[in-house]
Amino acid sequence: MNARQAILDKLQQSSLKRIGDGDVIPDRPGFQVMQRERKSNAQLSQQFENMMAKVKGEVIRVPQEELESRLNAIIEAKAIKTLLLSPESPYKASFSGLLDEVRIYDKAIESWKEALFNDIDAAITSTLGGIAETGTLVLWPSVSEPRLMSLVPPIHIAILYESQMQPTFWHFMHHHNWSEGMPTNALLISGPSKTADIEQTLAYGVHGPKELVIVLVEE
Amino acid sequence: MPVHHFIPEEPLVESLTDALSTPLKLYPTKPEKVYVFGTCLVDLFYPEAGMSGVVLLEHAGVEVLFPQDQTCCGQPAYTSGYKEEARLVALAQMSIFGEDYPIVVPSGSCGGMMKTHYPRLFEGTEHHQQALDFSERIYELTDFLVHVCDLSLEDKGERTKIALHTSCSSRREMKTTDSGKLLLGQLKNVALVEPKKVTECCGFGGAFSVRHSEISSAMVKDKVMHLSNTKADAFLSSDCGCLMNIKGAAEKDKSALTLRRGEHLLSFVARRAGLIADGVEV
Amino acid sequence: MSTTTGSFQQRSDVAIQDKKLRANFLSAMDGLMEKRDLAFDDKTQLEALRILGAQVRQNALVKLPELLVELETKLTQRGVQVHWAQTPDEAVDIIQSITLKEKAQKIIKGKSMVSEEIHLNDKMEQVGVTCLESDLGEYIVQLAKETPSHIVMPAIHKNTAEIADLLHEKTGIERKEDALYMTEQARQQLRKNFMEADIGLSGVNFAVAETGTLCLVENEGNGRLTTTVPKTHIAIMGIEKVVEKLEDTAPLLSLLTRSATGQPITTYFNMISGPRKENELDGPETVHLVLLDHGRTQMYQDDELLDTLRCIRCAACMNHCPVYTRIGGHAYGFTYPGPIGKILMPHLEGLDDTQSLPTASSLCGACAEVCPVKIPIPDLLVRLREEANHPNPQDSYIKGAGIKRHGMEPVLWSMWRWWHQRGTRYHIMTSMLTKLHFLQPSKLAPWTNKRTLPKMAKKSFHQQMKARTDRLKKGALR
Ligand code: SF4
Repeated sequence: MNARQAILDKLQQSSLKRIGDGDVIPDRPGFQVMQRERKSNAQLSQQFENMMAKVKGEVIRVPQEELESRLNAIIEAKAIKTLLLSPESPYKASFSGLLDEVRIYDKAIESWKEALFNDIDAAITSTLGGIAETGTLVLWPSVSEPRLMSLVPPIHIAILYESQMQPTFWHFMHHHNWSEGMPTNALLISGPSKTADIEQTLAYGVHGPKELVIVLVEE
Repeated sequence: MPVHHFIPEEPLVESLTDALSTPLKLYPTKPEKVYVFGTCLVDLFYPEAGMSGVVLLEHAGVEVLFPQDQTCCGQPAYTSGYKEEARLVALAQMSIFGEDYPIVVPSGSCGGMMKTHYPRLFEGTEHHQQALDFSERIYELTDFLVHVCDLSLEDKGERTKIALHTSCSSRREMKTTDSGKLLLGQLKNVALVEPKKVTECCGFGGAFSVRHSEISSAMVKDKVMHLSNTKADAFLSSDCGCLMNIKGAAEKDKSALTLRRGEHLLSFVARRAGLIADGVEV
Repeated sequence: MSTTTGSFQQRSDVAIQDKKLRANFLSAMDGLMEKRDLAFDDKTQLEALRILGAQVRQNALVKLPELLVELETKLTQRGVQVHWAQTPDEAVDIIQSITLKEKAQKIIKGKSMVSEEIHLNDKMEQVGVTCLESDLGEYIVQLAKETPSHIVMPAIHKNTAEIADLLHEKTGIERKEDALYMTEQARQQLRKNFMEADIGLSGVNFAVAETGTLCLVENEGNGRLTTTVPKTHIAIMGIEKVVEKLEDTAPLLSLLTRSATGQPITTYFNMISGPRKENELDGPETVHLVLLDHGRTQMYQDDELLDTLRCIRCAACMNHCPVYTRIGGHAYGFTYPGPIGKILMPHLEGLDDTQSLPTASSLCGACAEVCPVKIPIPDLLVRLREEANHPNPQDSYIKGAGIKRHGMEPVLWSMWRWWHQRGTRYHIMTSMLTKLHFLQPSKLAPWTNKRTLPKMAKKSFHQQMKARTDRLKKGALR
């Protein structure tokens, strides 16, 4: 008998025995404890900002119409030389004057691993939204915005719309009907990468980005 | 038999949240009579604590019944994994408190055994319901004095500073951590200080203290340190196991001079209230 | 297999004398306890959340066989290859044959306690495949040729100075007692390995049956790199890790991170539902999931022991354990230390090899008080003690049951029972003892090595109460 069958048989036998003993399968638990008081988007984004600040996430509030110019300012302030963008990014042209190079993530990782790991200073990605209670960005990497954009470059700049804020992860997944189906990869990101493995001393920027800049767009 | 026993019958988190925000413990109104379960440690080593408990109960106007056939709650065998032996001794105890009076116990861990472990001990046996009913009647003596009897005490002693050790079973099984404080609060000349790491175990654990004596000694050493750092004149405990352990370690530890004095909370209170002198009822 | 030599007794006796080790653990555990406490500022909400956490886990366990099949179906539809292993050896075989097929030389690893459980690194080394740990703590432990001493913070037994020595000696960096510097150096050292590795191997925190999603909780980003950069990803998990619905992960994640380190959430929560799709530009081309039994179906048979499987490996129980704090993780001698180790290892390795673990507890209950899924750890310890003394081992589910039932102990307990079962017998014994109180020895090792003995009373409480009752009766008559 193969391992699969053996394991399932053992489990099923125990289950059947329980049912034979008069055990009933309980209903799914109630999730009332996950519910939250209703809050406005402004309140939620304030909470988000407070939480992000605690883990060194840099939140920059930007009115929609100033988005492009403020991105320019960020690039300048952070002295970013090589910037990674999605092929669908609307800003390709506007940045080119500021930088040494704008790279577009448009070919499979295998063909340019070294460059991605060594040459890129920063990447800009979109986000699906934010979670207020924990100060969390939600990302669904895609064909045009692959997974490593938010991971390998030392600076990750994420664009978040204030309107896309949910109180908790639980609200977020229900709001977006995630149970219907998930992408190959979905991510919650709460701050730049960090570790406390050396005697509990917090150190930022271990394997992922050292800086996380959230451009919070107010509409 | 309901096997997934921790699932509440109505898994309504809302009602649970409500329940949790108010104390779950329910106390009876003051009864005419109670049983005292003396415990084997009180019997052989701390009879004064037992007598003090009795005197305090009667001072509060409650008559004490003490069935002579009681022996031990069975905890030593239970925690050593000798379930059958524990069960037989426990069964003997359950059969001698015939009337429906509360059963009060002057030691948190024995109380914890009878209140929280008897049901597990008899699960799946014909005595399960009996154990459940029995466990409902168990109270820790100090807790009973504070929450059921409206005891009022006059402090006849000198000014003193006292550190209280609250046991793990009083904290996590009996949920009576505050009763010692409340009772001592009635003694106006007693200043109570809380040692650091008050929630940490003293390291007794019955057979654990012998089987893993190095670990246990390290734990009690720290407990003695925290207690003596309070610079209190003495420490108290309402759990005989902890008392035996901490007092024993303090007496051997030359650096803990101030802590040489340690006694059962009930003995201390009864003496201060002038109800017991030199171990004798007055 | 025990990870170090000697008995638990010997190891813990040595560990407890190690002042530096004890100081390291004490300060670390104090910090973690405080952080957890601050993270759960609303204790009522915490209680409600713990109840939900326990319910969610129990719900999954009740439906475990169906959920495993559902998980397998969903993952297979999404292109993940699912493997089943009953024993550590089978799991190792599966991983070795994947490596062979992929002609892989080098595996980069994210943190996985199950891979420790099956001693994967050593086993892969034997067939010439290098496993490199990429979690900073695991990396340190691997460089020191040790095993993790804590399930969340693997290198917690070392202080900064010791790590500075180690990194200097093993990797040639400058010796600086500076956590930031060392972290940066480790980043540099590991980066190229992420690029070069053929396979990334990770654990799984929750596996969602509903959507076929593997969830990984981490702070460093090494887990994401491990599961994204190499062209093959192998995930390994115990069969109990499955949950029914995606929403079940929300309360569990919140409980896990706050209980473990006091963080409201970790930096990354990585949800993987399949290999790279056509047109996608990164992510592994193949994803494997290895489901490991290793004693879990044994626990599953018993309604009480089943509770052990609710565990989400947050380590709060060890952070709050007065025994763990004093002896550290290595003294336990097995993959999982602390309270969870004591209730888990007997099933994984049999009570014969682990008989000292369940007894090494004062049953203080600090662990159960903080466990986010309300596992009644002290009750389970008592249960395992009962199993070790089981009078009829053939009736027990547990390997090694009855192992301790030999020699004088059972006889002594049966004598104890005899004396305590009847008041009359008990009175004979106690009156003998109190009469002979002056014969009480002043030394009774090991108790009196560090303590005095309490003095036996001249008159027992029973005797005093009898006298009192008689006195009162006479008074009433008069
Ligand atoms: S037993 Fe409970 S506290 Fe311990 S690791 Fe598991 S979930 Fe956490």
